[in-house]
Amino acid sequence: MSDLEQFRAETRAWLEANCPEEMRQPLKSQAEHCWGGRKWQFQSEAQKVWMERMADKGWTAPQWPKEYGGGGLSQEEAEVLAEEMKRINARTPVSNFGFWMLGPALLKFGSEELKREHLPPICRGEIRWCQGYSEPNAGSDLASLQTRAEDKGDHFVVNGQKIWTSYADKADWIFCLVRTDPQATKHNGISFVLFDMESEGVSTRPIELISGESPFCETFFDDVKVDKHQVVGELNRGWDVAKYLLTHERNNIGGEPPGFLKGRALGPLAAEYVGTEHGKLADAGLRADIADLEIDHMAFQALVGKIRAEAEAGQGVGAQSAVLKYYGTELNKRRYELMMDALGSEGLEWDSERTQGGLFAREWLRSKGNSIEGGTSEVMLGIVSKRLLGLPDA
Amino acid sequence: MKLNDEQQMLQDSVARLMADKGPVSHLRQLRDEHHDKGYDEPLWQAMVEAGLTGILVPEEHGGIGFGLVGAGLVAREIGRNLSVTPFLSTAVLGAAALSAGGSDEQKAKWLPAIAEGTAIIALAVDDGAKHRPERLQARVEGGTLSGEKRLVLDGHVADLLLVAAGEGDQAALYLVDPKADGVTVERTVMADSRNAARIRFDGVPAEAMADGAAALATALRAGRAVLAAELSGLALEAFERTLGYLKERKQFGRLIGTFQALQHRAAQLSGEVAMSEALAMQALDACDRGADDADQQVLAAKAKAARVALLAGQEAVQMHGGIGMTDEFDIGFFLKRARAGGETLGDANYCADRFAALRGY
Repeated sequence: MSDLEQFRAETRAWLEANCPEEMRQPLKSQAEHCWGGRKWQFQSEAQKVWMERMADKGWTAPQWPKEYGGGGLSQEEAEVLAEEMKRINARTPVSNFGFWMLGPALLKFGSEELKREHLPPICRGEIRWCQGYSEPNAGSDLASLQTRAEDKGDHFVVNGQKIWTSYADKADWIFCLVRTDPQATKHNGISFVLFDMESEGVSTRPIELISGESPFCETFFDDVKVDKHQVVGELNRGWDVAKYLLTHERNNIGGEPPGFLKGRALGPLAAEYVGTEHGKLADAGLRADIADLEIDHMAFQALVGKIRAEAEAGQGVGAQSAVLKYYGTELNKRRYELMMDALGSEGLEWDSERTQGGLFAREWLRSKGNSIEGGTSEVMLGIVSKRLLGLPDA
Repeated sequence: MKLNDEQQMLQDSVARLMADKGPVSHLRQLRDEHHDKGYDEPLWQAMVEAGLTGILVPEEHGGIGFGLVGAGLVAREIGRNLSVTPFLSTAVLGAAALSAGGSDEQKAKWLPAIAEGTAIIALAVDDGAKHRPERLQARVEGGTLSGEKRLVLDGHVADLLLVAAGEGDQAALYLVDPKADGVTVERTVMADSRNAARIRFDGVPAEAMADGAAALATALRAGRAVLAAELSGLALEAFERTLGYLKERKQFGRLIGTFQALQHRAAQLSGEVAMSEALAMQALDACDRGADDADQQVLAAKAKAARVALLAGQEAVQMHGGIGMTDEFDIGFFLKRARAGGETLGDANYCADRFAALRGY
């Protein structure tokens, strides 16, 4: 038996023994996701046990080094773990911005001190992070941000406002882009700093979205003291970290839809609501639209596979991440439109128990943000045309 | 999927061969001189010498048995250069059908001839204007075939016809001699300047295959997968030529490639082309590996490639502006081939419909 097969057998046995039954079914909605953190209220004993067991194994962050609380797994081993988890429908034990955003940034740019301070609590699900990037006047044009951090000798004092801070009201710490050198040109003079959301002078106000939910906040900083060692990477070079993370974020959009449609095929769902005639969906237009979407999804997945394979061969993903971000999110919006077409009036129910309080309509509306957050579709097309196609600036 | 070293070498050498010996100018020349055979004979001969005609022929019959990924790599370069050969009709459809369903005798007679380039084979499936192999009109009764076929690629130069027909409630392929009494061939040059034919069969002797149903299914699958690769190559070339034009054409005192309206359309097109290509290669590989969902992948790949090639052809003409409408300029050939190649063996709507059926809705 090869090492990898051995690893698979052990992993399978461990998951069988340790993954609680309740954690072996797809999420009914995103509300069931475990975010962790100081304020987290576990929804069940099983959710708590599952997170703790996985954290003990280092498998909440399978590929991070063991000394920082990760699993130290190779790419291949991590893939095996993911496959084995998928096999039993095991839920992600815990995840938040600390795992998919800050962690990779710290591993690449952080000092040893910062890694040891912040990575282990992330892995254990103890600290939940949020991201302070956008500002009211710095959306697509992120580098024009104005939140400033003044040097006061042994610390910074931060003043300003962020917007679209995901779950700022529920997070414990924030990683934040601040201007540390107001004289420098736009992209220089920005630093990437970390601080506790319980610090004096931090306040948050949730923003209600068209979906009726409030995953984002406005976040205000009024003379917030930030310790000077909490700068990731070099002072005034925070844009490098931010750019790396944006690329990383866009990469992670692999086409699997979030929420209700995760792991659900549209064909059978539509058959349930619109019925079938001679074995085909009774709505010919919807049937053709679903087929086109599934074909486009398959083509997108084939491209994702190709780009990843090239990245592993050392060519890097780079600006290709903009291609993935653009098509991944546009596909997801189409998918939710077709879901609504299929569900008819049931999809429109806004507060019935039958629909878990309007889950369908809310997720449909939420999907509209996919092509805005993390860089709009138009920004992505601009990156593709300039950086991949070499088209000239105006 | 990623190409292995052998496949990468094949791609490189075929790319050189097609660019040298089968460029777009040859298509134009064949069209303008109303060439009687309608294909690029010196190129076909060069492909014979390079072993490419036997790419799907098993080694025991004199081929190189390179599989569909290999055939797709050849087709991709054919698409990029709009090279005109009987590669699809003979080396793909003919070889796939005979390998899958031919009797030992039929294989021994025809497969080496395909590899050696001594026979041209044409597949006749469509009874009407649209590809509907599930509802064949042509019939075989008591060993004789009657019916009429259209879009028979290279039909007027074929040494052997493989004809799809119903017998009882079974659909299968039959071998028919194009010189037999009762066969009437009308050459129909298509909009893409390629060979096709309408062929009438009036009580013509039809030779059954060992498994004519498998031969038909295998040929259609192989043909669609390879066409997906050809259409992807065509789309890529049309896109790259257009991108080059955006970087050199000036209007309003600046390069038209600086206009955001065109930049975003070019960016979208580049992504579509990349996805079409990635899916085509994945589908070819799925066939070679015998994957369970190979049929689904091929139908998806053909549908996607047909749509993307047509989009690329349309965008190419539009972004070239007036010059794109002229016959003198080559870009129009890509649009024409996109339309004809997309129609061949089932258009995007047909493939999407079959795909949905296989997916259970």
